[in-house]
Amino acid sequence: MSCIEQMKYKLYLERTSFKDAREYIEKNSEEVYYVDPGYKIFKDYYIIGVPPVAMGVRGKEMLFTYVKPCHGTFVMGIDSEEEIARLRQREEEKIKASLKKGGPKAKAEPAPSSFSDIWKK
Amino acid sequence: MTEGKKALLVMGCPEVPVQMSIVLYLSHKLCKAGYDVTVAGTDAAVKLLKVSDPESYYVQKTVDLDQLIADIVEKKTDFDLCFTFMHSDAGMTYGATFSAISRARLYAVVFGKNAEELAKTIDYPAEKIVAKATHNPNPLKNKIYKVVL
Repeated sequence: MSCIEQMKYKLYLERTSFKDAREYIEKNSEEVYYVDPGYKIFKDYYIIGVPPVAMGVRGKEMLFTYVKPCHGTFVMGIDSEEEIARLRQREEEKIKASLKKGGPKAKAEPAPSSFSDIWKK
Repeated sequence: MTEGKKALLVMGCPEVPVQMSIVLYLSHKLCKAGYDVTVAGTDAAVKLLKVSDPESYYVQKTVDLDQLIADIVEKKTDFDLCFTFMHSDAGMTYGATFSAISRARLYAVVFGKNAEELAKTIDYPAEKIVAKATHNPNPLKNKIYKVVL
């Protein structure tokens, strides 16, 4: 049993499909972040899910999916500023990495001045 | 050559009877083919397995499903083949998770009353083995035999 079940949590959806749980998080969160299956939260819970796995932030609460083989998917909410900060930091790092990968923008070509210039291309 | 290769069988919720017989059958066949087989499941599924195979004749290694996911994510273990058994959306979701975290070649073993509809929802890389089987394991056994053994 994961540590999550011993924490103070709220259940927003119970025994639903993963798709419906993801949509609930996307529609009912102030911020939405996407993680890969296997993303670790709290002490020992590794997120189960179909990518992209949505994680929501609503105030101090983190919304996430919790899947049990015999009971389906649940949407849970747990207050955790620490986990929310980790999600935000991870997103920042992702953006920085993608900017680095893109490198300096390629030199812009001058705009064609006539239809014949476009045709030549 | 299958010598030294590792196969994982991931059980879903054990409420559909064909799952246990196919897990025992497939484990036996893979062991005979030289695979090192591990079976993962919830506490209930593993208990059912151990009662069905009290002397570990068909299944030598079992592991808790949550612990296994942790170990694969933390790169402590991995497999060459992975069979995920599913008859519900939750089982399909576990299959997607194994597809994302493991380097194993993935087989989605889909059964139960809604097998065809469930199989359509699988959009991750996996070879699908689909049979509308609940009590009679033979349709699923025949499909597995054609695809794998």
